[in-house]
Amino acid sequence: MKKRGPLLLLFISLIMLLSGCSSKLLVLDPKGPVAKTQSSTIIFSMIIMAVVLLVVYVLYIYMLTKYRATKANEGYEPPHIEGSKWLELIWTIIPIIIVVILSVVTVRSTNAVENVPVGYEDQKPLVIYASSSDWKWHFSYPEEGIETVNYVNIPTNRPIEFRLYAFGPITSFWVPQLGGQKYAMSDMVNKLNLVAEHEGSFYGRNSNFSGKGFAHMEFEVLAQSPADYTKWVDDVKKTASKLTPEEFDKLLATPVVGRKTYSSTHLEFRPAPEGANGGHHHGGGDADAKNNTGSMDHSNMDMDGMNMDDMGSMDHSQHE
Amino acid sequence: MKLDEFFVTGEPMIYAAMVSIVVASLAILIGLTYFKKWGYLWREWLTTVDHKRIGVMYIIAALLMLFRGGVDALLMRAQLAVPENGLLDAQHYNEIFTTHGVVMILFMAMPFIIGLMNVVVPLQIGARDVAFPRLNAVSFWLFFAGAMLFNISFVIGGSPDAGWTAYFPLASLEFSPTVGNNFYSISLQIAGIGTLLTGVNFIVTILKMRAPGMKLMQMPMFTWSILITSVIIVFAFPVLTVALALMMFDRMFGGQFFTMANGGMDMLWANLFWVWGHPEVYIVILPAFGIYSEIIATFSKKNLYGYKSMVASMVVISLLSFVVWAHHFYTMGHGSMVNSVFSITTMAIAVPTGVKIFNWLFTLQKGRISFTTPMLYTLAFIPIFTIGGVTGVMLAMASADYQYHNTMFLVAHFHYVLIPGTVFAVIAGFHYWFPKVFGFRLNERLGKLAFWLITIFFNVTFLPLFFLGLNGMSRRMYTYSEGSGFGPLNMVASIGAVGLALGFVVLCYNIYWSFRYAPRENVNDPWGGGRTLEWATHSPVPEYNFARTPNVKGMDAYWHSKKENQPLFEGKIEPIHMPNNSGQPFILGVIFFFLGFFLVFSWWIPSIIAGIAVIIMLAARTFERDHGRHIPVKEIMEIEEKHGGELV
Repeated sequence: MKKRGPLLLLFISLIMLLSGCSSKLLVLDPKGPVAKTQSSTIIFSMIIMAVVLLVVYVLYIYMLTKYRATKANEGYEPPHIEGSKWLELIWTIIPIIIVVILSVVTVRSTNAVENVPVGYEDQKPLVIYASSSDWKWHFSYPEEGIETVNYVNIPTNRPIEFRLYAFGPITSFWVPQLGGQKYAMSDMVNKLNLVAEHEGSFYGRNSNFSGKGFAHMEFEVLAQSPADYTKWVDDVKKTASKLTPEEFDKLLATPVVGRKTYSSTHLEFRPAPEGANGGHHHGGGDADAKNNTGSMDHSNMDMDGMNMDDMGSMDHSQHE
Repeated sequence: MKLDEFFVTGEPMIYAAMVSIVVASLAILIGLTYFKKWGYLWREWLTTVDHKRIGVMYIIAALLMLFRGGVDALLMRAQLAVPENGLLDAQHYNEIFTTHGVVMILFMAMPFIIGLMNVVVPLQIGARDVAFPRLNAVSFWLFFAGAMLFNISFVIGGSPDAGWTAYFPLASLEFSPTVGNNFYSISLQIAGIGTLLTGVNFIVTILKMRAPGMKLMQMPMFTWSILITSVIIVFAFPVLTVALALMMFDRMFGGQFFTMANGGMDMLWANLFWVWGHPEVYIVILPAFGIYSEIIATFSKKNLYGYKSMVASMVVISLLSFVVWAHHFYTMGHGSMVNSVFSITTMAIAVPTGVKIFNWLFTLQKGRISFTTPMLYTLAFIPIFTIGGVTGVMLAMASADYQYHNTMFLVAHFHYVLIPGTVFAVIAGFHYWFPKVFGFRLNERLGKLAFWLITIFFNVTFLPLFFLGLNGMSRRMYTYSEGSGFGPLNMVASIGAVGLALGFVVLCYNIYWSFRYAPRENVNDPWGGGRTLEWATHSPVPEYNFARTPNVKGMDAYWHSKKENQPLFEGKIEPIHMPNNSGQPFILGVIFFFLGFFLVFSWWIPSIIAGIAVIIMLAARTFERDHGRHIPVKEIMEIEEKHGGELV
């Protein structure tokens, strides 16, 4: 049998790789409840799918070994078989059952990861605005009145409500070990609830292609004990300079920057596209926005001084 | 516009490509002149309305585009082989992955399938040609004009760089100011019109042109798959047409449909794109299922198991394909309710697909399986595609998708679906129907060598990407750091890509070798197990396909006529009515190419002139009286005698 060997090898190596590497792969090494829900959903689906693969492969190998043409069955004339109602019904109904099981798991886990994780509902979440611009991340802490670029410090065991939006192309905010990603867009704010249950430094990045500097759009998430976190906030307030509108415009216009820290946020002079500042304003009056290509100002036009009508309710984040 | 903006400059690789394009074009021109082939080319190919020749031209174009897209892929893999590689810069890499995606889906997979269906469908239903032969030629030349227009962006003006999905606002004038994405919208528009016309043409052909006696539920499975695919084309492509038109307005005429300001909605583009884009996936996969169904029956020497459920499952897939598009952006933040609905519809597709897999497996049961090259691709498809299928179910689960989305896991998944699904199928179909068109089979030894190289190295290339994705590697990154740990698996994938390329080289060498040395068999049924009508006529097929129209009494008509010794062809030979050749479709294609080119650069006066020329061409066709010609009985007899063997 020619084909069995390599395929079996492939299958076995797949299983070995899965079991061998799982402890190291970021997505399957969660450090918070959201990522944990997702990794257990993934592992559950992998097990079910492995069973499906096994059934198909066993049947496949059986058919290929048993019914191949040989010298011995030279004159054999295969029969005409129309099909079988029962067999066809079986391989329709069993997949339906599998899909139903997976659907239940999906609906539950999707609800779980969209909301504040179980056990953390009573705590007041820490709101952090994470906004992207070509090609960096701005993190604004409205409660603390501080802002960072390309890194974000968070306290452990406290729900964090990231509010995502963009000063430009669509990006996707992703910290694999804390939870799955969500888009940051210029005309609305998306909410992403994450909790870190372990202290440590986690890899975060934009995972939605957004142009030349996209590959470098990484940031560090540092999860600290609440005490360390408070100390860090106090330090920033004491030592860092204020973020002025001029400084912020300069930041927006610089393609790639390192880490920055400020003791005020850009939200004060350039609010996020939510509530009264959000959504789409149709046919509005700001003539400057037209024919204005090639500068970042476009997005600013969208945010401030808009003639807001009933479209304020377009803020999609409220639909959740 | 200055000349140095017109031509792409500053890249040694692109200069080399420019030189080779000029040299190759000159060589072709000189060769045609030297061998006095201009007249032959014009009479036999450029003006042809014969479905078989149009099919062959589609397939040649698809093979050329496979080469183009393959070079893009190799460059990408070369760049990613080691961390912090400096082979390509970000802009160049962005252009290459964009063109790789567009070329492979729209200018390789689609035309390859349309080529095969052009060759095979009229033969399978016992017809003399498609319903609208001239329109068919228009389809081809519009596709070809679009493909060429897209490809010259590489040396003139610059390629699109916003991904094959061209998401806004990244693809807007603000963030992509070069003409690259103009090429995207205009060339896809032109090619798309061609595809839409093909869809209309094949629906009519299959519904109206079947040989007497062939009921719908007796059609070969490949013909069924093309009927359903054509219906999907007719429903899905208008969405692309509208989306591309809006894109054109945004980029060229100051439209604000998808911009960040003035009420534009960036996600509207994503929705429109995928309302077309997801059915598009099934446009390239359903014909593949059809091809596999034919081959598996032929080489098991058995009829297809569960014919009715095979048809039903394709119909169900085609319906579901229109209600799953939002799974491409679960992460857009439309809440758990919407995501749950789309998760369930997406997973539901696994059910009819599973039915097909089991039906194929049970076609093998009690058969007598011979391992020819087309059968090897078909048999390799089942286990590899199933991996693609089950990972698709995993991706369908919204909560988990937040972790897979935009990562290498997704890239691995869709290559595991599209390569063993579509690519293996078109290669299998190519080997399988090749003797029908050319009268000889491709070499089996070389064919099998290519098969093993392609199958093994496909897995070496794409299996590592699943793990890279789970380890946090996003797609479309032109580089990654040493510390990320992505290096070793990327190196494995790049080595695999070289092996995969080698497999395709052997495949092409096989075509060359077989043209020179393969024995000319010229038998109707070279595989010896043909079941459907295309194997009943001569190989190569005469212009009129069948001298007498076959009488069909059931499924697998040719097989049963052989087994039961019942004649398929009865009655006396009568003059055959055939369409005349025409240069108009080709000229229309050339005009569309220039119209597109002028529009890309916003050269309005030439655009208007070219636009008027298109209208004149259409008007000229309207006033033309061409009722075709009749091939006299004497000529038919001469042709039949030349082909030898039994009169058909």
